[in-house]
Amino acid sequence: MHKFLFMKLETAKMLQKKKKQIIDLWMKNQLADSALREDLMSNDDLRAQSEELVDALLKKLTDDNLSNVDSADFEDIYEILGGVSITRARQGFSPRETGLYIYSLKDALLTILQQEFKNDPVQLYDISMKVSKLIDSFGIVTFETYIKGREEVILRQTDEITEISTPVIRVWDGILALPIIGTLDSARTQVVMENLLQEIVNTGSSIAILDISGVPAVDSLVAQHLIKTVSATRLMGAECIISGIRPEIAQTVVHLGIDLSNVVTKATLASALKYAYSILQLEVRKKQTTLVKSN
Amino acid sequence: MEKNRMPMANTPTTVLNKDKMSVFKEQDVVPFRNRVKEYATKIGMGLVNQTKLITAASELVRNMLRYAEGGDTLIEVISKGRENGIRLTFADKGPGIANIEQAMKDGFSTGKSLGLGLPGTKRLVSEFDIKSIVGKGTTVTVVKWKNG
Amino acid sequence: MEKIPILRMGQFLLVTIQIDLYDRLALNLEADLVQMVSKTGARGVLIDISVVSIVDSFMGRIIGNIANMSKIMDAETVVVGMQPAVAITLIELGLPLTGVHTALDVERGMELLRKKILVDGEEQDADGEYAYDSAE
Repeated sequence: MHKFLFMKLETAKMLQKKKKQIIDLWMKNQLADSALREDLMSNDDLRAQSEELVDALLKKLTDDNLSNVDSADFEDIYEILGGVSITRARQGFSPRETGLYIYSLKDALLTILQQEFKNDPVQLYDISMKVSKLIDSFGIVTFETYIKGREEVILRQTDEITEISTPVIRVWDGILALPIIGTLDSARTQVVMENLLQEIVNTGSSIAILDISGVPAVDSLVAQHLIKTVSATRLMGAECIISGIRPEIAQTVVHLGIDLSNVVTKATLASALKYAYSILQLEVRKKQTTLVKSN
Repeated sequence: MEKNRMPMANTPTTVLNKDKMSVFKEQDVVPFRNRVKEYATKIGMGLVNQTKLITAASELVRNMLRYAEGGDTLIEVISKGRENGIRLTFADKGPGIANIEQAMKDGFSTGKSLGLGLPGTKRLVSEFDIKSIVGKGTTVTVVKWKNG
Repeated sequence: MEKIPILRMGQFLLVTIQIDLYDRLALNLEADLVQMVSKTGARGVLIDISVVSIVDSFMGRIIGNIANMSKIMDAETVVVGMQPAVAITLIELGLPLTGVHTALDVERGMELLRKKILVDGEEQDADGEYAYDSAE
């Protein structure tokens, strides 16, 4: 028992001495893999990344924490691993490629252990199990972070789509149009509202046309969102017209008992525009001549 | 970009920063709002969400002044998974609210406000919690996530 | 004590709110404005809130009060320059400020006021009594 403990104490130190060998072996394992993505990352970068990790690991590794994967000593390692796998996720590495990265380190470590403890199978088994467990835990973190990285990519794209799908068009001096395509949920309404109101400020437009001909269905929630947008536009001192009311939409609105009586609604964008012109003529007298000329 | 940390399976909420402030007179309202704004800006909260949060804070602090002659506030920067946010706690030793359910209904008010205090405030934040004991006081906690 | 200045521009009163209002200041503004409307016989009140970042229910109420009080003294109130974030928040809060006129900026607010007064059927030619009366 005594001898066993003594031997154990040596493991971390022994591995630290073999650092160069571990890195070389790990690199060899990685480079040997057919799935190596030299197109995504140069071998030099890969080596630097691998060295950083081995460096951090060996610095923190003691015979105590070797058997405790939850040890706070590994915070740094988890941090590095997290960084590596997030970067890989963004660069487009597959989960398999990312997994191979960390698991080939296990191979390297086990090979070294095998060399060192070849005369003591019991000891070899014990340490191998521990190292194996530790690297497995690293592997799990790598995957978790990898997925998190992918999720971030998806979230960013979702944001972009939301952004793209709500263009605010300046159709006339003082008139903005916002064609809404797709379903209106509360998150989207928020974006639509913010974009529209900001554009009203930027352009000083007093009329906004919200065209919903591209909205598949209007239920009471969507209607509520529309009414909110109209009210907010009003608070800023602009008028908001809703156009593109298809017959089906008119039907559902009435069947659901939604009150749109305080909202100016038009069947088509064209009729909304016409209405907007008429308002501008009444309200902004100076622009009347401009309008007549350009028409 | 948030720091890449070890992801947790059941993301707990962690407190990154704490700030206490007592509000006992109406002149404290504006400095308090400014403090909330400072923290919201620090975590990169967008203007609209910031405005909603500060308005909610203003409503709650005003309730505290009106019904309980003031109380203590706590501003916390919190983080849950990938989201950062601000948590505000308003604790007073006022008369308390006998019927919270009723107080949370649109159009209910015991004071001379417009009667849209609590439900309106709730709509401005991501999470809303109210606890009250009649005769002991009321504690309201709200959370606004950076992207909520 | 701080005070929000009220400017007189012909038939109109112009108030530009440039600081965050605490309650006392807002209540004073309400009282001062109503006094001014009475004293000057102003026909319109313009409240410019373009630099105000927060309007809570208290301030919303003050604005509503000013509008209603002015209304029964035969003056229209227009709130101008509300920021998008403020508008969104007020709607979410359930405060659409019904009964208060709004405009994008001071210029358009004036335009709106003139139109409102015209619609009321008042003769605009006889406004010499108030026009250019900025001697105060």
